Amino acid sequence: MKRFLASRELLLLIAIGLLLGVISSRFPAFIAPSNLVAVFNDTSPLILLAIGQMIVILTKCIDLSVAANLALTGMVVSLINIAVPGLPIVVMLFIAVAFGAVLGMFNGLLVWKLAIPPIVVTLGTMTIFRGTIFLLTEGKWVNSHEMSDTFKAFPRTEILGLPVLSWIAIAVVILFTIVMTRTTLGRAFYAAGGNPHAATYAGINVGRTQFWAFTISGALAGLTGYLWVSRFAVAYVDVAGGFELTVVAACVIGGVSIMGGIGSVPGALLGALFLGIIANALPVVNISPFWQMAISGGAIIIAVVLNAQANRTPGRIILKRAEHAT
Amino acid sequence: MSTLTASDIDPLLSLSGVTKSFPGVRALSDVSLNLYPGKVTALVGENGAGKSTVVKVLTGIYQPDEGEIEIEGQQVRFPTPQSAESAGVTAIHQETVLFDELSVAENIFLGHAPKGKFGLIDKSVMTSRASEILSGIGANIEPSATLKDLGTANKHLVAIARALSIDARAVIMDEPTAALSQKEIEELYDLVEGLKAQGKAILFISHKFDEIFRIADFYTVYRDGQMVGEGAITDVSEPELVKMMVGRDVNQIYPERDHNIGTDILEVEGYEHPTEFADIGFNLRQGEILGFYGLVGAGRSEFMQALFGITRPSGGTVKIDGAPVTIRSPADAVECGIVYVPEDRGRQGTIGALPIFQNVTLPSLARTSRHGFINLANEFKLAREYTERLDLRAASLDTDVGNLSGGNQQKVVIAKWLATRPKVIILDEPTKGIDIGSKAAVHEFMAELAAQGLAIIMVSSEIPEIVGMSDRVIVMREGRIATELNRAEITPETLVSHAAGIREAAQ
Repeated sequence: MKRFLASRELLLLIAIGLLLGVISSRFPAFIAPSNLVAVFNDTSPLILLAIGQMIVILTKCIDLSVAANLALTGMVVSLINIAVPGLPIVVMLFIAVAFGAVLGMFNGLLVWKLAIPPIVVTLGTMTIFRGTIFLLTEGKWVNSHEMSDTFKAFPRTEILGLPVLSWIAIAVVILFTIVMTRTTLGRAFYAAGGNPHAATYAGINVGRTQFWAFTISGALAGLTGYLWVSRFAVAYVDVAGGFELTVVAACVIGGVSIMGGIGSVPGALLGALFLGIIANALPVVNISPFWQMAISGGAIIIAVVLNAQANRTPGRIILKRAEHAT
Repeated sequence: MSTLTASDIDPLLSLSGVTKSFPGVRALSDVSLNLYPGKVTALVGENGAGKSTVVKVLTGIYQPDEGEIEIEGQQVRFPTPQSAESAGVTAIHQETVLFDELSVAENIFLGHAPKGKFGLIDKSVMTSRASEILSGIGANIEPSATLKDLGTANKHLVAIARALSIDARAVIMDEPTAALSQKEIEELYDLVEGLKAQGKAILFISHKFDEIFRIADFYTVYRDGQMVGEGAITDVSEPELVKMMVGRDVNQIYPERDHNIGTDILEVEGYEHPTEFADIGFNLRQGEILGFYGLVGAGRSEFMQALFGITRPSGGTVKIDGAPVTIRSPADAVECGIVYVPEDRGRQGTIGALPIFQNVTLPSLARTSRHGFINLANEFKLAREYTERLDLRAASLDTDVGNLSGGNQQKVVIAKWLATRPKVIILDEPTKGIDIGSKAAVHEFMAELAAQGLAIIMVSSEIPEIVGMSDRVIVMREGRIATELNRAEITPETLVSHAAGIREAAQ
């Protein structure tokens, strides 16, 4: 806890507080509980993807295929829904997670077994996934009237005042907080990215660890794929086009080091919320969406500068008294 | 030159009152340094005394917070590395800083290539001048060769050629012999003599006292970022230098050990690799320290990495306590009770962004977890037990390892491996590049581990260490075992002759 309070997560929390303060000074309605719930719900897909991406970046990799994975999985479950409209939602969720995970495993295997740089692998699979949607549909859309009502209703169903979509995001945040802090796999992610050589000598298979990171990222992208197409009740080739960059941005703002080894689930959550609040607030404040891009970009650069300051190597620490001062 | 004192000649390059601080750390505090034309000044100090920092100040990489640099009495400033080079100050670094994908000539002239028409690089002039410089230092290297195809010693020669190509007046050599074989070191000495004859001022940084007394005219000693002594090398003795370095008398004697050797714990037979080593077989007993000696590149580290499961051997068997085991990965090796403390402890040892306790327990997670879930209480207990055993003083086990001093990081690495409760511990160059005070501590610790029944394989290139610590020694040469020496047979002469393959001496 002491670590958390002194950390960049706290800094980001303060930044979000200030942001909300500024917005509410002009539009008090923005911080009404019902609106905040709506903002959280709207940001939930980004949160889910950012957590997966955070784990991938921790291991010194990057997954540019998340949005394409989301779109392909979304299309596949939509087509399954057309073919078998009566399929229980639980089965549908399982299919989405499993299908996304398989796509992630494909990335992971290429990185692990063929040692291809992750940015090249996922740039390739990103195009392959989008291309596959086109092959499946010949560019046609799956529209609202073709989807079954239960398929569409699931993410919007409210439990205790929150839509299921939000509950899933909360559950995933809790699940992965535990995975990252309390399991050997979570520790392996940090070790493999923090110092791959040392991790190897400690008996951690770095390649396999990266494989699991891609698998998790893929599984979460698949899950988000179903939630996305059912929420918006439409599936097509360009669903969430370019969204992978927003996901990476959320991670960077959330204090995840692009060099690997540093990052946390709360960080990814807050980074996503920061972008989510900006995206939702600017239209309210009547600022053009182009400014939204500039503000997001500015936030990324500020975050990177702050993180670079925090991660600066503290010299060799030659004097004894300096060691305890840090 | 025996009566020469520093006051007889004017320094070519002199540094005075230099202070350099980093956030939270004062790396140099009011230090001075003088280099004289045609003379070698040895800069001596423990690790972290500030030697590398002063080199970076001299070569324009760091800017001093205070203090002055003078060349022939003229005050100068080196705001960039280029400005230091154009003033005639050049450094040959510890790790050769060259470009693998470029040619030898391009490496030599990078940043100051001879220009022809339209400001383009004149390749033919560059090549001919490169070959001139190379032959001048007796290096048989093709200027058009790609650097990555050269061996370590030749890369070093290229670095030296680069230093000469800028018409340097002051040459800094930062541990130039660290990666060289004995023969190459001799050649380097000749080269240094040649540079001296040309009137160049040389700063020679080394941990090896025989080198310093062999080659230096003057010495300067740094300790904890301060200058603690300087003078002519003829006026100082080895123990006096050591005393200045560490600020106390150091017991350079190797620890007394009662050689309580038990039964066989590790048996290796017929280990081979298609390209690196062949036919390696030996046994190792409880409580024994088995030295592995050889020249650099004899295949010792390569074999150890295969034994530890990092690379795959193409044949051979390993038995632990008489039972055959298969080691396919480092995890298998740790499971079998074999751990490997690599040579490059900074790069391969710790994970800076993780706290102490997580570093210590990293290879032991199987013991502190169940079904993949870590028991934090167990984890802290294990980490505390071993950090206390090593007397690791840190504010909290929650401190990130990256914020610790080098010595304490080293302790974290050792604690990490002991926490796996190994049977066999492989130490690759356990004292390479560390100061004398810490060396003695490492040796005592090794003796203590052996007394507790741990079997130790010590890969070392330092003859005194091999002679002082080993119960038995295996000498490797060109990927094979040259000989195995019992305690009584271990002498510097037998080690060197077997390692170098001198038949007459080896008998």
